[in-house]
Amino acid sequence: MQDAFFCRGSNETVLFVQDKEDGMEHGDEWDEWSHGKTLTKPPDQLELTEAELNETFTRILTATNPHAPQNIVRYSFKKRSYKPISAVDQMAVHFVLEGNLLYKDSDEARRQMAKQGLPAGMYHIMLSTFPEKDAAEMEEVEEEDRPDSAASKTGKKEQKLTNQINFCERASQTLNNPPRERNCQTEPPPRCNFSAIANQWEIYDAYVEELQKQEKNKEKQKAIPSKKDDEDDDRGKKKMILMETQTQSDDLCKMAKATKILERMVNQNIYGDLAIDFKYYEDCSDEFREQEGTLLPLWKFQCDKAKKLTVTALCWNKKYQDLFAAGMGSYDFSKQGRGVLVFYTLKNSSFPEYIYPTNCGIMCLDIHEQVSYLVAVGFYDGCVAVYNLKEDGQQPVYQSTAKTGKHTDPVWQVRWQNDDMDGNHNFYSVSSDGRVVSWTLVKNELVSTDIIKLTMEGVPHLSTASFDFHKQINHLFLVGTQEGKIHKCFKTYSSQYLETYDAHTLAVDAVKWNHFHPKVFISCSSDWTVKIWDHTINTPMFTFELYAAVGDVAWAPYSSTVFAAVTVNGKVHIFDLNVNKYEAICQQQVVAKKTKLTHIEFNLVHPLIIVGDDQGYITSFKLSPNLRKQPKVRQSSLSRLTDVMPMQI
Amino acid sequence: MTATLHFRSGKKRQFRFSWQQRDALNRRRNNPTIPKMASEVEETLKRIEGQRGVVGTVVCNADGIPIRSSLDGVATAQYARLLRKLTVMAKSAVRDIDPQNDLTFLRLRSQKCEIMVGLENEFLVIVIQNLHQ
Repeated sequence: MQDAFFCRGSNETVLFVQDKEDGMEHGDEWDEWSHGKTLTKPPDQLELTEAELNETFTRILTATNPHAPQNIVRYSFKKRSYKPISAVDQMAVHFVLEGNLLYKDSDEARRQMAKQGLPAGMYHIMLSTFPEKDAAEMEEVEEEDRPDSAASKTGKKEQKLTNQINFCERASQTLNNPPRERNCQTEPPPRCNFSAIANQWEIYDAYVEELQKQEKNKEKQKAIPSKKDDEDDDRGKKKMILMETQTQSDDLCKMAKATKILERMVNQNIYGDLAIDFKYYEDCSDEFREQEGTLLPLWKFQCDKAKKLTVTALCWNKKYQDLFAAGMGSYDFSKQGRGVLVFYTLKNSSFPEYIYPTNCGIMCLDIHEQVSYLVAVGFYDGCVAVYNLKEDGQQPVYQSTAKTGKHTDPVWQVRWQNDDMDGNHNFYSVSSDGRVVSWTLVKNELVSTDIIKLTMEGVPHLSTASFDFHKQINHLFLVGTQEGKIHKCFKTYSSQYLETYDAHTLAVDAVKWNHFHPKVFISCSSDWTVKIWDHTINTPMFTFELYAAVGDVAWAPYSSTVFAAVTVNGKVHIFDLNVNKYEAICQQQVVAKKTKLTHIEFNLVHPLIIVGDDQGYITSFKLSPNLRKQPKVRQSSLSRLTDVMPMQI
Repeated sequence: MTATLHFRSGKKRQFRFSWQQRDALNRRRNNPTIPKMASEVEETLKRIEGQRGVVGTVVCNADGIPIRSSLDGVATAQYARLLRKLTVMAKSAVRDIDPQNDLTFLRLRSQKCEIMVGLENEFLVIVIQNLHQ
């Protein structure tokens, strides 16, 4: 064995060869070495330079297995190529010896021990671990060494140890990143509160809308197949546009009806007690006054446009019993000017419902019984006109002219008649020119027909002042003249009178047939008298002296024996023939003495009379109970009057 | 149907025959649904204001904004606001009982005065009247 080593420290590389076999010869080699003497160079010694000699060569000793392969490659499917494995197993097994020791607690060991039947007390049978053991228990157990634990728990039989897992808990804490909050705020969307209530009517309205939509859709579907005329379309569109612009601009128009009723409510507040009196007040003192009655003054109607005009005509509307018409003009020949036709309702006493100013004074008027919006008016200049209340505008719908045969003198009376055979409305007018004319409303025109020309022997024509048609016998009528005569005529006899009554000494102002008795009529005159006639008898049945010119007389609609008369001294006289045949049961001064009363009318249903005077005022009065005595059920009005009438000789 | 006449000067005029004019008038006359002039309603309101005891009138449109009033601004706004609320509630009550019914008038009588409210077409007409003469 030769030991070879190199050493430094000298310029020359010295190879020291120590031969053990030559130990003897070199027995003092230690000495030789320590002296470091003779350098023996082998013959094939490398000759190196100084620098080369000083070069250091590093040699590393590693524990790698020199036999292990260094270039194992594996196929990588990912890269689709062969890839060298970086780590190669360097373990070199030098020695393997299989042992025969078993861990005590392992299954095999336990099985063997059980086989051998060793007593259980020697060691603890540890139950197999359950995965859900507490960590704390596991930790606890882990602290002790396993062999220690085995030894410490000897002697405890059948005690369940909570943890016996061959595991150890390993935890590590990572570095927690500090949390950072990031948020962004947007502008909130605009919000509005919405609330609704589901009421009965909300639901109803929704259903109604739905229905209307469906109907509209149906109509649209129907309209598409049918073609309309262009003209109709245009007109329809124009109407629509007209309506729309109007509804947009005239906001107030929509409240016309409400405003009207509000005005009436305000009036009701102001004149509230009058309304209550009208409805409920009954004069109790009538019980003590045996026969007499009184008139309770109620509303007073006046209009600015009608100031200083005389009330020349009054008429109640048959359909709307609180509406009446008043014609204003003048009886005075010298003071002729304008006139006005006004309609008042009891519900509003401060302003008329309808006002129609006219150029000429109105002398008479009549409202049609069935068609209650048609009003016939007679003027002082002889014209007649028909107004339609439903139409807008202040002009009459029909007016007579000289061509169509207007009268040449003032028209004193107009009366509507029943519709003729063609269904046209027609009315009669009587005037002081002696003509009784029938006017028919044919489409847009007024056609006149002379019915009768009243003449007397020798005198070409008579001036007539009043007439009245019989209630039942349509063609019979009475004419009162300004000479004081009353003529009974037929419509069909145009030249002859049936009968003439020498009624009064002055002009006959009014003749009226009784509402109930077919034979009786009443007449009044400026000769201060009121006379009641039976048309079959030439002389009056009753005569009443009223001590002042009588302007008008009217029968009561509720009794055949009651009538009222007005005089120019401002008094109203009411007579009830059943009660008192000679005297009035009521004589009342209703206006100032200077004011003349011109007309009187009874209301058809209410116990009310209206009285017109020459100042343009219309006053209403309520009749006290004594004045309103109606016949009992069994006794008819007719018989009452008949009882009262004087016996015919 | 109207014709438009174009003049050389550039003017344009509407031209109608007399029978067209008459027809237009008749159409207007015969059509009862064309509303009455606002002036008539205005006159009526003026008359109401002139009646004895009436303090004033206020007319509100569908939104509750007063469009015409005879009272001063503060009072108008107050009446309009409060009575609008009241009428809405009253209307709701009436219609809740019978949806086919609707409120037409409301009268509020107090010790000193009476407030009358008329409802039509979503408009309110309010009249305030003192009671004691």
